[in-house]
Amino acid sequence: MDTVTKMVVINSSKLLPSDVAIKMYELKADVMVKETCFGIIVSGERSVVDPLLLNIRKLDPYGIFIKERGFSPGEPYRCRATRRGGAKPGFHNLENEDKLLPHIASALKALDRGEIPVEKKQKKKLDIDKLREIIKGSEELK
Amino acid sequence: MKVFIYPTNSLILSDLVERFGHEPLAIMQEVGKKVRTQGLDSPPMNMTPEDPKFGLKYAAVEVPSGVRGRMSLFDPLLSKAEAAIVVTEPVISFGCMGCARTNELVNFLLRGKKIPLLRLDYPNTEEEAKVFVYKISEFLKSLKPAEVKK
Repeated sequence: MDTVTKMVVINSSKLLPSDVAIKMYELKADVMVKETCFGIIVSGERSVVDPLLLNIRKLDPYGIFIKERGFSPGEPYRCRATRRGGAKPGFHNLENEDKLLPHIASALKALDRGEIPVEKKQKKKLDIDKLREIIKGSEELK
Repeated sequence: MKVFIYPTNSLILSDLVERFGHEPLAIMQEVGKKVRTQGLDSPPMNMTPEDPKFGLKYAAVEVPSGVRGRMSLFDPLLSKAEAAIVVTEPVISFGCMGCARTNELVNFLLRGKKIPLLRLDYPNTEEEAKVFVYKISEFLKSLKPAEVKK
């Protein structure tokens, strides 16, 4: 028995976490589903969860992002209800990456259209010898 | 193929690796194993007697215990890694949220493993994100496809 918990992060203009949760109940799979502010958490056998989430991803392929989670929903070690609130470990990275998801979604769309992006040349940092020359030049002016 | 991702709990990298048909090696899998193991009071903060041995494989006993403890979690991932995607200097690994020495050691070990390695920066704009996703997709396409998990 290989139990797995997966986190489904929804960043879509078409879908709400409640829509996805309802879809999960409709599919009548033997899994535990928890609706959260960022999406849903699904826990169950790997053989059930993986194909189920493949179906769920089809609802909005560019708006649904999935990753595994160590703790199952409502785990007392991490659940905020038993730890007097506060951000759970892992939240800060999720919050940080959540801001990038709209960019990643449009990049995935561009990739499916066959767009080949051109990388911009990055500005080089100021060379130390060049900086010395600038300092010397300004001293001479004084 | 099993692809190690860094930052090891990244949603974006984990999703992209799975999306392009490979298996991401993320820290959540190892934390999950500890959580589901009976007899640990507060995983992953608690350890089993076996864990320090894994940590000592990489760092000497005088190295801070946090490094060895983290390395005991990374050990199964590093040993299984067949390729790696590394985001350089992620914001999340700066300061008290991350352990700089562990991160340096993990990157050093990855470089030493001589596996296909892709190094990138986190995107800040849409144009950068397009380059980011394109590079990852090309890298993952160049690898052998993953075996299906039963």
